[in-house]
Amino acid sequence: MPSLDALSNADATDKSANPTLLSIRNVAKNFGRNPVLRDVSLEIAEGEFLTILGESGSGKTTLLRIIAGFETASSGELWMGTERLDHKPPYRRRVNTVFQNYALFPHLTVEENVGYGLRVAKRPSAEIAQQVAEALDKVKMTAHAKKKPSKISGGQQQRVALARALVNRPRLLLLDEPLSALDANLRRQMQVELKSLQREVGIAFVFVTHDQEEAMVMSDRIALLRSGELEQVATPREIYNRPATAYVAQFIGHTNLLKGEVEGGVVRCTSLAWPVSLPDGPVLFSLRPEHIRLASADSARSSDDETVRVRGRVLHQAFHGATELIRVECGNGLTLVVRTASGRGASNGAHQEVELEFSAADAVLVRESPERN
Amino acid sequence: MFSRAYKTVVTLPPLLWVTVFLLLPYLLMFCYSFWSVSPQQVIVHSWNLENYKDLLRKAVYWQTLLRSMWIAARVMLFSLLLGYPLAYFLSFYGGKRKDLLYQMVIIPLWVSYLVRAYAWKTILGSDGVLNTLLQYVHLTKHPLDFLLYSPFAVVLTLTHIYTPFTILPIYAALEHIPRNLVEASHDLGATPAQTFWKVIFPLSIPGVVAGATFAFVLSLGDFLAPLLLGGPSGIMISNIVVSLFGAAYNWPLGAAISLGMLVIVVSLLFLSERLEKKWSFS
Amino acid sequence: MEFLVSGNADHTPHSGWLLLHAAAVFAFLYLPIAVLILYSFNGQGVGGFPPHHLTFDWYRILFNDGPIWDSVLNSLQVAFAAMAISLMLGIPAALALDRAQFPGKALFRRLVLLPLILPGIITGLSLSMLFHVISLRLSLMTIILGHGTALISVATTEVFAGLQKLDRAQEEASLDLGANYWQTFWRVTMPNLKLSIIGAALLIFTLSMDEIAVSFFLIGRDNTLPLEIWGRLRRGITPEINAVSTIIFVFSLVTIVVWYRLRMRAEGTADTRGPN
Repeated sequence: MPSLDALSNADATDKSANPTLLSIRNVAKNFGRNPVLRDVSLEIAEGEFLTILGESGSGKTTLLRIIAGFETASSGELWMGTERLDHKPPYRRRVNTVFQNYALFPHLTVEENVGYGLRVAKRPSAEIAQQVAEALDKVKMTAHAKKKPSKISGGQQQRVALARALVNRPRLLLLDEPLSALDANLRRQMQVELKSLQREVGIAFVFVTHDQEEAMVMSDRIALLRSGELEQVATPREIYNRPATAYVAQFIGHTNLLKGEVEGGVVRCTSLAWPVSLPDGPVLFSLRPEHIRLASADSARSSDDETVRVRGRVLHQAFHGATELIRVECGNGLTLVVRTASGRGASNGAHQEVELEFSAADAVLVRESPERN
Repeated sequence: MFSRAYKTVVTLPPLLWVTVFLLLPYLLMFCYSFWSVSPQQVIVHSWNLENYKDLLRKAVYWQTLLRSMWIAARVMLFSLLLGYPLAYFLSFYGGKRKDLLYQMVIIPLWVSYLVRAYAWKTILGSDGVLNTLLQYVHLTKHPLDFLLYSPFAVVLTLTHIYTPFTILPIYAALEHIPRNLVEASHDLGATPAQTFWKVIFPLSIPGVVAGATFAFVLSLGDFLAPLLLGGPSGIMISNIVVSLFGAAYNWPLGAAISLGMLVIVVSLLFLSERLEKKWSFS
Repeated sequence: MEFLVSGNADHTPHSGWLLLHAAAVFAFLYLPIAVLILYSFNGQGVGGFPPHHLTFDWYRILFNDGPIWDSVLNSLQVAFAAMAISLMLGIPAALALDRAQFPGKALFRRLVLLPLILPGIITGLSLSMLFHVISLRLSLMTIILGHGTALISVATTEVFAGLQKLDRAQEEASLDLGANYWQTFWRVTMPNLKLSIIGAALLIFTLSMDEIAVSFFLIGRDNTLPLEIWGRLRRGITPEINAVSTIIFVFSLVTIVVWYRLRMRAEGTADTRGPN
């Protein structure tokens, strides 16, 4: 079983350069007067693992259901290749779904569940038997073929749901928060298995989740959805290192948001200042906690153009195993969160005076995220 | 969690009552069925099987029983044919008005059985609504006889009475089906029609069995509709029992027939329970 | 096209036929009721269609009809008494089925629920045999005993269902806080069962008012309303019957609406449970 790190490092490739499989064009959806999706446009590439990430209420499940065909968009179009998709009912789309609660048919056995789509398509029974056996083998459920869904565990049901969808060789597989019902360890295991399965079958996966860590670990690209609009679509690395908006920066990982004013080539943010080549006006920067260092006692004391320094007092220290998150009060209402490796730095607790420093280059300019209702 | 005293207090009164007023009467009926009645109209406590032999020998008894079962079967069938699509419509197409429509199914149940049966008499009579209407639109020249005082009238009336009783359990079963199963079926390529036969209907079978049993069993034992609307050709087995306890005064024979009905009913209940279990998957 | 699943069905081919079928079945169910109400205003009695002149005469005659009102009074007495018996036995029975284990429990459960599905004639006859054997004269009392016994099943079913929805932890909390079983029953269990009990009571009341099959065999000198109507029907048709039936129907309708409103209001305020 390949390790999680090995997979994610090797695989977060931007496959968006592959030919486009599904084109979502200006899709909007209203439920009554409630706009759940507003003007969403997205291109999904062949063979990629795309995650639609968002909080509950962001519209991510609605978007998925529109792709699957269970909801109709209020406006906009879906194209798959040269064919318009949104005019087709779900049973005529080459798209299959793994449901959040698996939705296995309780009156059919595991293998009857998996073979359902093939039977409906009236494939010859020999072919069905063979495909089903292969699919069950791929998800390691062969031993349970004759059981009914009520007799297998949640994790096993999920595999069956996966096999049932994949056996039909869809062009696109949709997964609606399939791991949310699993406990933490099983979840991590399934993340790895899903990822390797996707690589193996080469089908595009569209995965919906609210868990940003999950998204980062599994995806080729992440589409972050907020209140029905896409905030950013990028690879995990890019979305982490170069968040486009304040919301993205805060949603994914921890960050410090620094509000400042540019005047004459210098940005001032409470007691911090550094040179930037930006026009005058208000700005917002995102600074990741791991980019802030505790200055060692004998480092150069002058603030140069590259390094920004500030003094502060430790408010709180949270131990997270490999790292610590330290909350530092820096005066003028500025509080910074610093991530250091455990065991170093201000290990003596609150109220300790510390000196912080970071490189100006690590402060990433982000847009404001306006309120939407 | 509950003490022995609690459990005893809670169990004993109903248990005693049920023993005295349900179990004991059935046992009495059992005993009576083996006795006979003297020509002086006195019940003689001599144990014999004469009553049961009569049931099998005399055509009027087993023929009436068969006719009753045939009537009950038709009522069951028509109730299902009328009720299932309505229950389906309510459950899947009811939308916001689902609750209201459900209440509309229940309301007729609150109108007295007697009164509804009587109303059918008004409708089906040679002078009644239906005949008048048919003659008015020139579909018929004379009133149709078979509409009233016939098995037809009994089947029609009982279907009217018991259709809501079949709708309720079927509706409940359909409501129980998670909608994501329907979506999953569509997702996997099945059309709505295929989805109905492969997913929805199988999962609704327990409701169907419950409703069908109810309609059949209660129709079988009905004696009011035949009395009001059945005429001589529409007599059912319960009518015979009623007369045996009335004018024809033969309690033991009546008890034997009743016991026979009880056995049939209880067997059907067991059967339907087995079927329901077999087809329930939660 | 929205498909079956989103709750607002579009007019797919199936839904057209289904709608038609549904409308037809509703028409079938309500036809006799409509005829009934119509004829209660028919000046000519029951003959002939359409009714020729509309009148309140039958209602007037009805109000002056002594025996009918006597029978109504009898029915009411029986209904209330039956309600009391059924509840006083049905609630413990439901608790017993939910919480106790004892030999013969399966038989007990079936016996209790049997009258619900058994044709009334069997229940009525067997009870009349019992009363005959113990030389108990047939009267309103025997009818009360009959209804009470038969309708225990209604109380038990409703209360049992209500018990399933009851959060066991509430009762455990009550015991934990020092209340004994009796106090817990009245302070915690019963309030939670209020809805089921009221529903059961209403249903028992209505079923008793309309009950004829069991009553048929247990009737003494005094008639209940259905039996009074039955007697008259046997002798000949009078439109008075239409009038009294219309009144019963309206009364039942009002009861349903009231019950419905009560339930909606109760369910609206019942959200004091935890995040579930």
